Amino acid sequence: MSNYYTDIPEIKFELENSPLMQRIVELKERNFADKDQYDEAPQDVADAMDTYDKVLDVVGDIVGNIVAPNAEAVDAEGPHCENGRVRYAEKTYENLVAMRQAGLNGVTMPRRYGGLNMPVTVYTAANEIVSAGDAGFENIWSLQDCIETLYCFGNEEQRQKYIPRVCKGETMSMDLTEPDAGSDLQSVMLKATYDEENDCWRLNGSKRFITNGDSDIHLVLARSEAGTRDGRGLSMFIYDKRDGGVDVRRIENKLGIHGSPTCELVYKNAKCELCGDRKLGLIKYVMSLMNGARLGIAAQSVGLSQAAYNEALAYARDRKQFGKAIIEFPAVAEMISNIKARLDAGRALLYQTARYVDIYKALEDIARDRKLEPEERQELKKYSRLADAFTPLAKGMNSEYANQNGYDCIQVHGGSGFMLEYACQRIYRDARITSIYEGTTQLQTVAAIRYVTTGLYSQVIEEMLAQEVPAECQAYVERLRAMADKFNAAIAQVKEAQERAEAAGEDKNNVHDLCARHLYEMAGDTIMSLLLLQNAVKCPELFAKSLQVYVNLAEADVEKNSTLVARMTSESIDSYRQA
Amino acid sequence: MSLKIVVLAKQVPDTRNVGPDAMTPEGTVNRSALPAIFNPEDLNALEQALRLKDQFPGTTVNVLTMGPGRAAEVIREAMYRGADGGWLLTDRAFAGADTLATSYALATAIKHVCPDVDLIVGGRQAIDGDTAQVGPQVAEKLGLNQVTYVEEIKALILNGEGTKAANVGTVVCTRHIDGGVETVESPLPCVLTVNGSAAPCRPRNVKRLMKFKRALAPLELPQGQTYEDLPYADQYGCKQYLKIGQLTTADVNADLQQCGLAGSPTKVKAVENIVFKAKESKQLTGSDEDINGLVKELMANRTI
Repeated sequence: MSNYYTDIPEIKFELENSPLMQRIVELKERNFADKDQYDEAPQDVADAMDTYDKVLDVVGDIVGNIVAPNAEAVDAEGPHCENGRVRYAEKTYENLVAMRQAGLNGVTMPRRYGGLNMPVTVYTAANEIVSAGDAGFENIWSLQDCIETLYCFGNEEQRQKYIPRVCKGETMSMDLTEPDAGSDLQSVMLKATYDEENDCWRLNGSKRFITNGDSDIHLVLARSEAGTRDGRGLSMFIYDKRDGGVDVRRIENKLGIHGSPTCELVYKNAKCELCGDRKLGLIKYVMSLMNGARLGIAAQSVGLSQAAYNEALAYARDRKQFGKAIIEFPAVAEMISNIKARLDAGRALLYQTARYVDIYKALEDIARDRKLEPEERQELKKYSRLADAFTPLAKGMNSEYANQNGYDCIQVHGGSGFMLEYACQRIYRDARITSIYEGTTQLQTVAAIRYVTTGLYSQVIEEMLAQEVPAECQAYVERLRAMADKFNAAIAQVKEAQERAEAAGEDKNNVHDLCARHLYEMAGDTIMSLLLLQNAVKCPELFAKSLQVYVNLAEADVEKNSTLVARMTSESIDSYRQA
Repeated sequence: MSLKIVVLAKQVPDTRNVGPDAMTPEGTVNRSALPAIFNPEDLNALEQALRLKDQFPGTTVNVLTMGPGRAAEVIREAMYRGADGGWLLTDRAFAGADTLATSYALATAIKHVCPDVDLIVGGRQAIDGDTAQVGPQVAEKLGLNQVTYVEEIKALILNGEGTKAANVGTVVCTRHIDGGVETVESPLPCVLTVNGSAAPCRPRNVKRLMKFKRALAPLELPQGQTYEDLPYADQYGCKQYLKIGQLTTADVNADLQQCGLAGSPTKVKAVENIVFKAKESKQLTGSDEDINGLVKELMANRTI
């Protein structure tokens, strides 16, 4: 009888304690025009906030009483491939039925299509809650998010055809990866040809590593322009399983997220519809799809970190050695405090990112109906840029934290943790994929580094440092100022090293790419420290301890990365090259 | 063809997670220390009713609950899960009722608000009293058939339009018995009491939650206030479903002598705390000798 939302007050805090939230609700509800048409629509901001809280209570209840108790059985059974179709683990169906009965589908979609019209921020909370119960099931459920891309780029006929189905609980998948096109999606070769006779597109070829690949509605990246070899020849298609033509050849046997079927798909002249414009598949639509998915993985990672914390804490309180609970030993307590600190810091970054995404998406949506005012256009531009900068940071940092937290959680369990009898081993295995799929941490760095070099992160850090804090927190501001200085100095060092390389006729990108990860981590550490400071100022009961522990960790991490950047820029980088 | 279903539900203290302060020094339940919840088996009953509603469009499912103002929470919960509404049966005169007075009150209310009810469903028993008497007594008082320990409603066969007064139809259910299940048939209307091992209730639906979250029974309103004084008062004006029905003894023409404490012959003589200790457990085999010994022992201490 636990509730994965009400048991964790930090989530409610994140939802309710940002000055941006009021703006998000106003934009999303557009003067609350829906209230006269839909019984379930909110009357005002306070009413909407109350509804979000109650909806998450339902999510927490379902996860606590159905999804989490099912997780072990789902992990053990996993899905099966039968006659080209996926059969989920038995308990996965139970989870899906519960989510459908609760109406937790199409969470962010407008009401006119049957959706709940809730902000991405609230959906993100639901996502982390589901993930804390079962990260594998979270994949299947949260792929509903693909509908955002169809909503943004599909035509009205496609919206009316597909969105209500997703709101009723049909599942989705995004078919991107192929055997020779993983991180490098420009190499996608799945062939899309126009069938003149039947006036439709046809897909032929195969895809690999497709999460929930036997879903009801697929978004497919395929090569529509014969003879092309790069990203500009790719388009996005919608495949409806009701039309048939795509079979599952096999399901991968994986280290973790066993409940989530990872499929190899075969397209045999499968009928499909073009979504949006030709040739914009990768350049525009997949980028949108991936940004949504990356925020989803960040939420999944935070959920896993929460689960790691819960398991570590419960075990350490219960387990006695040398006559006392092991949580009494500082070495064990430190591990658990570190998990909690990374969890709270990562969660603060997750929700800040979600709020940025909400504001720009809601403005983009308004722009579909009317011309934006100049200040609205400014606002859209600002938050769109912040969302682009924060998404890879939230995904990369949180997924690495989930791995570290899963590792520490097993360590707290000692030998018992290595046996397959405690949940910690599943959390550890499930966490491993988060820093790989939807772009590895290395690729998150690639996406984020331009915001390091253009100074966007530094600017955000400056703005946050300038905010007023109570006198007792002033010491933190000074420590964070020192971290920011080291970050800025490291950026300058890399730039100088690039100039030296260029002057010497060498490739200036080498030193930049080598240092990128370290600059990225410094940005993440500093921004998360500042976000946690803001939280602790508002609610010391929840965050004061985490703030202290996290800033200790972050300070040391910034120092480490600062040293590495200094070395890498001053010494020969040949040592970092393996033949 | 649609049905009129009444679900009997009770708000109970959550006795499943009891802390040290769960009992008063006098040995009664300390209601303030325990969260109030929807009686678990009544949720199983609600699910059976909602499945019929899914199957027979137009069917209405209404919850009848007796209790103080806060018990209306049970009706709201049921509405979130799919019920159409309900009635809060509430009056000081109902207080202190044992199972006889409770079933009198419930049966009287049903006669009043839903005389043409097709099916009454309730949980087998409530976790605070554990009597399992209220459902059967309601059936007796209304002169209806009863099926207890129901696991599942297997089928409901309606006789079609126009035959309603004579015989609405038949319900087929499985019921839990020692060592297995039996399938029984009963003509409608009838009373079913549902076991906790039956299908769990569906979760709250979030759209219904958004729609009904402000629903209130009059007794829940702050002292001296009406619906017009509440925040979002206009909503109560235009959405009647936000006003949960409330019934007093007068509303249902109840005989006060049969209500509450006055109508309750049960008198609690004493309450004892029984604490089971592991060291008191005994291992017995199935041998005649062991069984004889156990029977003698139980007779000696007047357990049987």
